[in-house]
Amino acid sequence: MRITQGAFSFLPDLTDEQIQKQIEFSISKGWAISIEWTDDPHPRNAYWDMWGLPLFDCKDAGAVMYELNECRKLNPEGYIKIQAFDASIGTESCVLAFMVSRPASEPGFYLARTEGPGRLQRYAISSYTVEAKPSGCRY
Amino acid sequence: MSQSVSERTRIKSERYESGVIPYAKMGYWDASYAVKATDILALFRITPQPGVDPVEAAAAVAGESSTATWTVVWTDLLTACDVYRAKAYRVDPVPSAPDQFFAYVAYEGDLFEEGSLANMTASIIGNVFGFKAVKALRLEDMRIPHSYLKTFQGPATGVIVERERLDKFGRPVLGATVKPKLGLSGKNYGRVVFEGLKGGLDFLKDDENINSQPFMRWRERFLYCIEGINRAAAATGEVKGSYLNVTAATIEEMYERAEFAKELGSIIVMIDLVIGYTAIQTMAIWARKHDMILHLHRAGNSTYARQKNHGINFRVICKWMRMSGVDHIHAGTVVGKLEGDPLMIQGFYDTLLKTKLNIDLPKGIFFDMDWASLRKCLPVASGGIHCGQMHQLLNYLGDDVVLQFGGGTIGHPDGIQAGATANRVALEAIVLARNEGRDYVEEGPQILRDTAKMCGPLQTALDLWKDISFNYASTDTADFADTPTANV
Repeated sequence: MRITQGAFSFLPDLTDEQIQKQIEFSISKGWAISIEWTDDPHPRNAYWDMWGLPLFDCKDAGAVMYELNECRKLNPEGYIKIQAFDASIGTESCVLAFMVSRPASEPGFYLARTEGPGRLQRYAISSYTVEAKPSGCRY
Repeated sequence: MSQSVSERTRIKSERYESGVIPYAKMGYWDASYAVKATDILALFRITPQPGVDPVEAAAAVAGESSTATWTVVWTDLLTACDVYRAKAYRVDPVPSAPDQFFAYVAYEGDLFEEGSLANMTASIIGNVFGFKAVKALRLEDMRIPHSYLKTFQGPATGVIVERERLDKFGRPVLGATVKPKLGLSGKNYGRVVFEGLKGGLDFLKDDENINSQPFMRWRERFLYCIEGINRAAAATGEVKGSYLNVTAATIEEMYERAEFAKELGSIIVMIDLVIGYTAIQTMAIWARKHDMILHLHRAGNSTYARQKNHGINFRVICKWMRMSGVDHIHAGTVVGKLEGDPLMIQGFYDTLLKTKLNIDLPKGIFFDMDWASLRKCLPVASGGIHCGQMHQLLNYLGDDVVLQFGGGTIGHPDGIQAGATANRVALEAIVLARNEGRDYVEEGPQILRDTAKMCGPLQTALDLWKDISFNYASTDTADFADTPTANV
């Protein structure tokens, strides 16, 4: 399966040239870019590992691409996404997030059910890979 | 002293002589009134009866929506009546409508109970709308002061928090309404939810009139929808939801349905505008308390919002609903099957999403207004839209919107998943192109055609719906537009 988190996951994986254009767009808006990676892509995993701090002072998309490639070198098999933060009043949150690296194989998620009273079921989503292997050797 | 006691104590002031005197003379017109920061302001479009002076008509509206009755009452003198009287303070002719006037009225803040939309609206849109001296009356806009806004909760979740919970940033949210609206069994209904979500939508949605009918009782629907939502979340790795409509005959019944939705793990519930302002506020407080997103369908609004000369402009409903605390409200599509002039719709979206409003007459925004940190309410675009219009939708409506394709998803010849995928792919392609700095509005059709080369479902959808548009003139149009606007 293909995890479709992020703004562009239904398109073919973005090329570096396409990624750079999205970064340039974000910088032009005054947003801070952050690179995050994980090997636990559960839909409610809110805290991926940060590749350093968000690049608050960076106005150069090339520098972001450099950091992205460094992150890829260290995490060649995990998921990496780029996020952009808008600190302006009334927003103060992430305003763009998209995947920039994903594993060659994505085993996906198991939907566990626990039968409850009446027809009630409790659902739990768990990643096959995360269940099977410890962090660091999942993909 | 030959007079009787009633003669001796009769009030001498001309203002309080018994009888009928013009409203303007009663104090409901004050051209030199200095508006206070705490005043609630209302702008009415007045069509006076023939022969009625517009200033007197404006004063009458101010009077009838505040303290006045048709005749003089001495008990006024027991009150600080000068304070409580609403004051019409400005009357402007309506451009290109010689029989209509814009009347500005100021209301003292203490006229209204804190945090009660029911109380405020009982005055502002109360008896006055049936008042004979005006032929027609429309509430066009309101300025709710910071002090009064602070007595309202505002959206239970708000756009920013909703996006954080959904983990969806940088693009419009995608939804669809289950069709057919009525008649599906619970199991078949959940099938539509599963297929749409798995295909790429973020939300599916009950329609406004799906409550608990003989063909499908509400518990049945909720249980199967939750099955579809969880299956789709596991299949895609995304957070998914479906608006479960908890609208019912009594507030107790709505609570019961909402509690069950929460127990099942739903992230969102839905209500209809027709449940009334008090029930809406009640459900919004419940939603904030239980971490629930609250969707509002505006069922009923066109009975009073659509015609230009009488009723309530929808932008006022937008303001009231943001105060009431809903997180979503249907606010028009511009390009779809339902009423909507582009400038008017943009005014509604600004009203729901901005932190501060500035006067913008072409968009129908008549007052500066600070939203006092009430959260943003997400507009929903629903009704006769399809993926071939994606560039126009993004251009008119922006990122902060739920684009809902009901027929445009479920009507896809290759099935609901294919319909959902077509919409998601089209959306992502247009957002990508916009961010890359391309002229995505002009190049939109080409961008979609190019994208369709690698996405069969999109190709099929574009071929099927390429010629569908709804080109009718809007009835609710701008009074101050620089250039004529029309549906596209």
